[in-house]
Amino acid sequence: MSTETLVGESKSAVRPAIVNDFSIQVATVNGSGSQSSNNVLMRSIFQMGVPVSGKNLFPSNIQGLPTWFTIRASKSSYVARKREVDLLVAMNPQTAREDVASLGPGAAVVYEETLGLEKTRSDLVFYPVPFSDLAKEVIDEVRLRKLLANMIYVGVVGHLLSIDKDEIHAAVEKQFKSKAKAVELNVKAVEIGFAYAEKHLTKSDPLRVERMDATGGKILIDGNAAGALGSMFAGVTVVTWYPITPSSSLVEQLIDYLKAYRIDEKTGKATFAVVQAEDELAAIGMVLGAAWAGARSMTSTSGPGISLMAEFVGLGYYAEIPAVIWDIQRVGPSTGLPTRTAQGDVLSTYLLSHGDTKHILLFPSSAEECFEFGGTAFDLAERFQTPIFVMSDLDLGMNIWMSDPFSYPDKPLDRGKILDAAALEKAKKFARYRDIDGDGIPYRTLPGTRHPLAAYFTRGSGHTADAEYSERPDVYQENLDRLARKFETARRYVPGPVTDEADGNEVGIIAFGTSHWAVLESRDQLRAEHDVSTSYLRIRALPFNDELAGFVERHERIYVVEQNRDAQMLQLVRMELAENAALVARLRSVLHYDGLPIDARSVTDEILRQERSKG
Amino acid sequence: MATTVDEAPASRKTNRIGLTQTDYKGKPSTLCKGCGHDSISSQLVKAFFEYGIEPHRVAKLSGIGCSSKTPAYFLNRSHGFNAVHGRMPSIATGCVLANRELIAVGVSGDGDTASIGIGQFVHLLRRNLPVVYIVENNGVYGLTKGQFSATADLGSKLKTGVSNDLPAIDLCGLAVELGATYVARSFAGDPKQVVALIQGAFGHSGTAVLDIISPCVTFNNHAGSTKSYTWGKDNEELIHEVDFIPHFEDIEVEYGEGEALSVELHDGSHIVLKKLERDYDPRNRRRAMELLAEAHEKQQFLTGLVYVDPKEKTFLDLLNLVDEPLATLSVERVRPPRSALEEIMETLA
Repeated sequence: MSTETLVGESKSAVRPAIVNDFSIQVATVNGSGSQSSNNVLMRSIFQMGVPVSGKNLFPSNIQGLPTWFTIRASKSSYVARKREVDLLVAMNPQTAREDVASLGPGAAVVYEETLGLEKTRSDLVFYPVPFSDLAKEVIDEVRLRKLLANMIYVGVVGHLLSIDKDEIHAAVEKQFKSKAKAVELNVKAVEIGFAYAEKHLTKSDPLRVERMDATGGKILIDGNAAGALGSMFAGVTVVTWYPITPSSSLVEQLIDYLKAYRIDEKTGKATFAVVQAEDELAAIGMVLGAAWAGARSMTSTSGPGISLMAEFVGLGYYAEIPAVIWDIQRVGPSTGLPTRTAQGDVLSTYLLSHGDTKHILLFPSSAEECFEFGGTAFDLAERFQTPIFVMSDLDLGMNIWMSDPFSYPDKPLDRGKILDAAALEKAKKFARYRDIDGDGIPYRTLPGTRHPLAAYFTRGSGHTADAEYSERPDVYQENLDRLARKFETARRYVPGPVTDEADGNEVGIIAFGTSHWAVLESRDQLRAEHDVSTSYLRIRALPFNDELAGFVERHERIYVVEQNRDAQMLQLVRMELAENAALVARLRSVLHYDGLPIDARSVTDEILRQERSKG
Repeated sequence: MATTVDEAPASRKTNRIGLTQTDYKGKPSTLCKGCGHDSISSQLVKAFFEYGIEPHRVAKLSGIGCSSKTPAYFLNRSHGFNAVHGRMPSIATGCVLANRELIAVGVSGDGDTASIGIGQFVHLLRRNLPVVYIVENNGVYGLTKGQFSATADLGSKLKTGVSNDLPAIDLCGLAVELGATYVARSFAGDPKQVVALIQGAFGHSGTAVLDIISPCVTFNNHAGSTKSYTWGKDNEELIHEVDFIPHFEDIEVEYGEGEALSVELHDGSHIVLKKLERDYDPRNRRRAMELLAEAHEKQQFLTGLVYVDPKEKTFLDLLNLVDEPLATLSVERVRPPRSALEEIMETLA
């Protein structure tokens, strides 16, 4: 089937069919209800067994501004953003001409026919559709017509790509769950689109979907939902937050899950507390207050919230209080691009607060890791009695990812070094900040412990091992050194890097978080197209462990790929290897920072450019 | 003038749980001799002792400032948390959510509460969180050496003669308006009333705000100050006489009709308000606002229980929390079973 050829209308050349390997971009207006249509289209391809990923490029706006949704179908399971758009669905008159202008030659365009886009270029395949007229056939009500026009394009595209109509119907049912009326109307809209395309459009592009078997048993989920689930199954009890895109959906979905699964059956009461705080300063304060008193507590925020939390996080570091903070990273402060993705909080979060501070950061790359690190973060926070950051980003948090189902966490919760009344009775003494075990981690007691030795007074940096107030230079420095020792211990506990390397590879790549997916694809491009074989180290946490230096040592040129302007992770790698100048000299940088998720082609091009100029 | 904690006479008398008053003491104070805050610490020790509260059930919380140092000066056997400037309310919130069995006692100052921390303060009030929130109010920043705070009265003067030209924030007014359900004003120079009001706060279930004028002997105790001992002594006007009868004691004294108002608190204790000049019922919120407005107009220093609502739901009721502390729930109760995860995965397939 895949060798079948089609005759392109706009080009006389014979174009081979492109099966299960293309990207669709749907351009609509924010607030027009296109999200449901996009989900249905993506899910129906997924149900055909074809790997998909969905990325929503949306403005900071409720209604009226342009928005784009990209669906990538990839038989090779590539889920990074694809730079080129193969099929454009132009539903937004405001951006239609610009959207069409940005397409590569040979791309196809489905559009509202009154826009007259076919006149703008001669090297594309055009499929004009009278969406507004067709919508009138679905329903009289004007407001619903607009929503349903979006579902009509699902039918049109479905027909053009040979998507099984039954799969679209199944996806509509899944999308609208048990709402019979909505299912009926939307199915009708899909049918109208299908029928129109069948009757009036001549298939002239090479794109098509064919059944394969690569999505069996998989799930579709966004990283924020995965993080929420991971937190719930890790036994979170106190959740505080202040709404901020792109992190709000983590807590909102967590609230839904908690309400469904964490109400005590006998009493009907909640085994959790969620507080929408007045600001991020309060959100982190509540987390620290709750964790100090023994609860597994967390908050979720983004860069601007992280900066507001800075002072309290420093106190958490010095007073040694657990906290789990999700940073769903986004582009810079205030207005501008708050709804675009970046990995720009690495340095500022690693060193957050004043004085000498450094923190444990986790970098999930996938929905599965969001789930897993939801638990890891709590275990580390309580083991190390310090704030832990889970560094997700908008791309991972809010976009839809194909994933294996999550594994149930069987491991017991690590509540760390807590002395209860019985342990205190046995120990006969207690010094809150004494390093008994030589790992820098002291023991703590929880307020409410019924024992005369339990109480201690918690304060900032100036305290003795007995938690007494002190401003003595030697006491302060000893405490700082112990905290550094504790951080060294953390190197052995945090998730280590994932590596894939082969003997003889001169080029090594280092990446983390969502850059992983572009790197994965780029390595295949480098090998297949340019015969450049690469090794790969994916960072999953800070502090680094020893594997980093070894990896750099075994390769001639190391490219650190990241989504920020100033090569923040590269700076940290340099700091880590600072004592070995020869290793530092091997480090190079590949950066992507335009607010869009990083794509493989950009990585490949940049590595090749630097490889060619290496001499 | 004020009695510091370490100077308090040790008594061998024991309370209902067998502890002496010394068992409720803290570290020696490092505040200036005669500081109003030390007097309040002494009254806290007395109040806890007389009430017979188990020290391990208390969490002492504070922000930053002279006042915020004081949790170290009472209840050595309780956990304490000296947080960051103005953010004690959020620490208190988390602490109480984690362990609802704790008695959270927050100590703050006028800078901590009325300026840097006013955001957290007003939201604490809104939530009616179970916490005793004491403001040791001296109208001045002590640790940074004598700047006006936002509770300094209009026209009051610094030692340097500089006059305050901004109106004071009335913390009791804010508290009544925004949802606190036990609001009192007192004076560090009136220890008897301070003790009774603190004990009443222990018996209360929601947010109890005690705005205690607590003179700063170093920076705000001079002529021209409206937060000095002399000014307080000369101007304090009692709304009523406050007596406290804990739930474990019988009410022995009988009062004649209209002579006193006895309000039953959440834990069965009673706060008894003996009538003086005015006929005042602190259960009437609108009347409370009027009283404060009146005091403001006439520049009166009224002390006593301004407002109380023993029945209003607290934040914990609204959250419908389980009865046990969240902090120590077993893993079986906080990790849903395998079947739950499978069910969720099914919906995402």
